[in-house]
Amino acid sequence: MKMNDNIAISQSGYVFNPQTGESFSLNPTAIEVIKLLQEGKSRDEIAVEMTSRYDISISSFLCDLDDFLHLLQQYDMMANE
Amino acid sequence: MSKPFYTIAVTGLNAVDNPGPGVPVIRSLKEARSFDCRIVGFCYEMLEPGAYMKDLVDVCYQVPYPSAGTELLLARLKQIQEKEHIDVVIPNFDAELFSYVKLRSELLNMGIHLFLPSYEQFEARQKYNLADFCSSCGMNVPRSYNCISPEAFFKEGWKFPVVLKGKYYEAYIVSDKEQFLSVFSRIVATWGGPAIVQEFIEGSEFNLIGCCDVEGQLLAAVPMRKQYITEKGKAWAGVTIKDGHIMDLAQKFVAGGKWCGAFELELIKAKDGRLYLLEVNPRIPAWVYLSTAAGVNIPEMLVNCSMGNPVAPLLDYEVGKMFIRYSWDMVVDQSEFAEFSVTGEKHNR
Repeated sequence: MKMNDNIAISQSGYVFNPQTGESFSLNPTAIEVIKLLQEGKSRDEIAVEMTSRYDISISSFLCDLDDFLHLLQQYDMMANE
Repeated sequence: MSKPFYTIAVTGLNAVDNPGPGVPVIRSLKEARSFDCRIVGFCYEMLEPGAYMKDLVDVCYQVPYPSAGTELLLARLKQIQEKEHIDVVIPNFDAELFSYVKLRSELLNMGIHLFLPSYEQFEARQKYNLADFCSSCGMNVPRSYNCISPEAFFKEGWKFPVVLKGKYYEAYIVSDKEQFLSVFSRIVATWGGPAIVQEFIEGSEFNLIGCCDVEGQLLAAVPMRKQYITEKGKAWAGVTIKDGHIMDLAQKFVAGGKWCGAFELELIKAKDGRLYLLEVNPRIPAWVYLSTAAGVNIPEMLVNCSMGNPVAPLLDYEVGKMFIRYSWDMVVDQSEFAEFSVTGEKHNR
């Protein structure tokens, strides 16, 4: 699970995909998840890290995380593995 | 070493909701590093705003419409050349290109250089020939039909919506037979037949500006995603992107067409990821200044190619550079308009 190397993300959460020209705004939680993805963390490692930071169960978080990862794939932001 | 100095004539100084490329071409020429220049504007109408931009245009002349024929254009250019000693003309309208291609050798004898595709190249990418051209180059193009008679088209069994295009300009998405008949009669009355029917493909729109040398080598190619699109389908904001598939398609176009000069490819990426070529414009597009700002000055390249100067390929550019178009109300004294109207000339300096 890896993001495309060429995706540009600013500190404020503005994401630009230079291949498609699409841009998005991330909320603060999504920025944290993206940073963990960029560090090479797996889906389960991200879930452990985020549930240690916030009051949410692993199962609820994984449900939201899977939705988010699906969106990233849909917008061509994940590398093909 | 001192830079050469060129007098460059530019057309397309209009700026309606489908603006001409003239003003951004001139902005790019003024930023050229390899030469200095003086700009002569060629206008069809007195109210083309570029004629009143004194910091960009030195002098403007009214020229006859393309429909008046090449003889009248040649006579007018001879008059202008006696005063201005023009080195290069950059024509920026599709409808006038045929005249300039036809007059190429006469103009060269007068000292005026052009850098344009041949008549055959110009014809091959016409909307009504595009499907054949693309299939010969291995490029995807939406299914197309050259329509002379709507009744004959309806018998072909196409599903709506379709895109209905004029021979030179205008394109509309039409969703039923009634709308088809209305749009068909309007665009054929304006541009002549045939009208071109294209399969409607839903997806993201991209444009690419490019330039080739006389041997058909790609000198520059800058793709852009349209971010804001007007009712006429024109980009009002856009951003440079880097997409290997689009660059491959540009190389296929160049290899297949042995193009010479500037061009614009209009592309759409369907939801399944397939890239389709919708149109080839044989000239610089109105968003050319984005390319200049991203580090690739195509008007400068074009002038150097016209003058026979060596031009190295420049295929790197800044990705993520954006343009946002706006309109600006210039206020001028009516005497300027009067001078231009009466004499057909407007001297800004």
